[in-house]
Amino acid sequence: MGAVVGTLTMQTKQNRRPSRDKTDDELEMTMVCHRPEGLEQLEAQTNFTKQELQILYRGFKNECPSGVVNEETFKHIYAQFFPHGDASMYAHYLFSAFDTANNGSIKFKDFVMGLSILLRGTLREKLEWTFHLYDINRDGYINREEMTEIVRAIYDMMGKYTYPALKGDVPQQHVDAFFQKMDKNKDGVVTLEEFIVACQEDETMMRSMQLFENVM
Amino acid sequence: MAAGVATWLPFARAAAVGWLPLAKKTMPKPPVDNSSRSDEILYLNVSGVRFQTWKNTLDRYPDTLLGSSEKEFFFNEDTEEYFFDRDHEMFRHILNFYRTGKLHYPRHECIQAFDEELAFYGIVPEIIGDCCMEEYRDRKKENQERLAEDTEANESMDAPLPPDSTPRERLWRAFENPHTSTMALVFYYVTGFFIAVSVIANVVETVPCRPPEGRIKDLPCGEKYQLAFFCMDTACVLIFTFEYLMRLFAAPSRCKFMRSVMSVIDVVAIMPYYIGLVMPENEDVSGAFVTLRVFRVFRIFKFSRHSQGLRILGYTLKSCASELGFLLFSLTMAIIIFATVMFYAEKGTKGSTFTSIPASFWYTIVTMTTLGYGDMVPNTIAGKIFGSICSLSGVLVIALPVPVIVSNFSRIYHQNQRADKRRAQQKVRLARIRMAKKGTTNAFLQYKEDRGRDSDSTALCVKNRSAFEHQHHHLLHCLEKTTNHEFTDEMTYSELCMTESVGFRTSRSTSLSSQQGAQNNPTGCCPRRARRRAAMRLANSTASVSRGSVQELDTLHIKTTSIPPQTRSSLNAQADNLKLNCGEQDFTAAIISIPTPPANTPDESLPPSPAPIPGILRNTRATAFTHETVKISSL
Repeated sequence: MGAVVGTLTMQTKQNRRPSRDKTDDELEMTMVCHRPEGLEQLEAQTNFTKQELQILYRGFKNECPSGVVNEETFKHIYAQFFPHGDASMYAHYLFSAFDTANNGSIKFKDFVMGLSILLRGTLREKLEWTFHLYDINRDGYINREEMTEIVRAIYDMMGKYTYPALKGDVPQQHVDAFFQKMDKNKDGVVTLEEFIVACQEDETMMRSMQLFENVM
Repeated sequence: MAAGVATWLPFARAAAVGWLPLAKKTMPKPPVDNSSRSDEILYLNVSGVRFQTWKNTLDRYPDTLLGSSEKEFFFNEDTEEYFFDRDHEMFRHILNFYRTGKLHYPRHECIQAFDEELAFYGIVPEIIGDCCMEEYRDRKKENQERLAEDTEANESMDAPLPPDSTPRERLWRAFENPHTSTMALVFYYVTGFFIAVSVIANVVETVPCRPPEGRIKDLPCGEKYQLAFFCMDTACVLIFTFEYLMRLFAAPSRCKFMRSVMSVIDVVAIMPYYIGLVMPENEDVSGAFVTLRVFRVFRIFKFSRHSQGLRILGYTLKSCASELGFLLFSLTMAIIIFATVMFYAEKGTKGSTFTSIPASFWYTIVTMTTLGYGDMVPNTIAGKIFGSICSLSGVLVIALPVPVIVSNFSRIYHQNQRADKRRAQQKVRLARIRMAKKGTTNAFLQYKEDRGRDSDSTALCVKNRSAFEHQHHHLLHCLEKTTNHEFTDEMTYSELCMTESVGFRTSRSTSLSSQQGAQNNPTGCCPRRARRRAAMRLANSTASVSRGSVQELDTLHIKTTSIPPQTRSSLNAQADNLKLNCGEQDFTAAIISIPTPPANTPDESLPPSPAPIPGILRNTRATAFTHETVKISSL
């Protein structure tokens, strides 16, 4: 009896071994640390002061001792801010926007450059960054599909329980309204220039932009 | 939300710029953040060891001491640091919690000390990280068990009964703790003896005795001496019934008592006899009657009241129920499997004893437990192969849960040993502590003595006292003034008791009224004594608070008209009438030696001696030597 049980357990252990080796390898890869460039360089490249950079880095390093954030962690962190809904899609797009080098991980430099633009950048820089965020495939144009995806991702973050309830295809309507406003020449896509011009004309948006100056 | 995520919040807020083009309405105003942007380093001084950390680190957990404004209470402006008078080694762990978000439990620390530190810093123990949580829980449970044992032991065991307990409470106590009174002990041994007698009788009555005349076959003794055994049985059952009824009467909660295991055993032990009495001598029913007699053997379980080891065994089995259950289950599985296999393997052979699968169960059990009676043996080769596999696996299956049970038993047994040892040492420990504590009261008395002396020495001794002592003495002094009584020491008190008894008794009876002294003095008699003494003083209206010695007493006596102190022996005689307050505490009996026979003038005993009042002297002399020792409370 004991022998039977013993042989059974032996079997399962052998099956597990190959996968364990794989995870071991993965672990080794992620153990690699990444160090950012020097403080002076970063100070030159961004609009932050040395103290601000220090504070930012300390927080960043505390959260990610290895020096990089991968997409899973990023999604997990972002999801904690929006517990009601599903923030994974939007976090994915956000991650791509920050990950300028497109290598699947955000280093401190990417992080701080993005923040610099968002918090201390000029209006044009901010609008460019936003355009960059919406332009999922990075082809220089925002088409309807891309916009729909972005808007759906944002509405997903709201979750199911909203007031008024989400009836009908609200994201689609939202996209239509957006295109109506942005797409001047009605060619079905929005270019960067169209986008910037349209935004500058929008009073509401300009006012909101002002409010976001002091987030940091 | 985890505190670490808080560092990402500015990032998430910044990323909200991405929503702006889509927004139809204006964004709300962001909250104004007035706090200083730059992070500052805080200095934390814990018992001299300086820790430094960013303010932001501590702000991560705002509901703890360090994260909230509570730490401002510990801020020292001169050194500009937060000073905590706590353990710096434990503080390391606390600070690491702020830094990493995970609280670890240091294995070498005492669990209670750690809990206290956590409580001080306002951290709930539930956030201990998974790596250390198990260890923490185990240690905590162990500690709580030990504390529970102690408190239970303290309250159940030799704590003296309140004087106004009902006979029922006393009876219950006598049953539960036979050591408390001799009657209980006697009863305990008597019941034990009768249990043994009953069990032995049960056993012996089946032994074959020589047959009486006229018969050839051997008879069991039970039938030969039927009357004798019946009488013995009756006696035992009577005792057991009496005991059970007494316990039932004395039990504080009858329902709970009736449900307890011991009570059930008692009932099972005596029921068969009564049922046997009631049942008619019927052929059909006597079969059942015989079965009932088997239950008489359960009387042996009554011994578990007398033996702690048995109780521990029972408790162990109860606590190992899951292991036992697993053992049983796996054994059953194995038995069924092997019985089936053996049956089919042996099916073909002629004259095989494996007649059915249930019949094979017996073989499997005997083989797995390595008994091997040999009444059923496989003959085919396949049967032998499977039989050997069966016995090997039996060894394994049985050997696995047994160590768990053994270790459980060992743990519980040792715990019990430890508890007993601790209780035994407890008394001695407490005694020593009381001795040490006596120093504080004596300091006050010493101070009072010194005050009576001349001014030179007073100044010195006043200076030598610390501020704490000053204040403490002042407090005691206030109490004295409040109650109009004074503190004194043991010797004086005992002497007082003696002197007082003689004549003061009558006039002092009123002042002996129980004015409850506030203090829980280790010398328990102090308040009472002090009151008596002070009462005397009051009566005499001599205000001098001088040395609490016999001398002073005598001077008082001289001033009053009433009493002469008698000789020790006669004083002893009367002293017993005084209800010394010391009755409840442990005594080390100080026996006052009986001095020479009483003389007319008590010169020897208490100088200076006032003139004795003859009448009283005569009176006391008559009753002299009736009681030879006086128990003086100490400790």
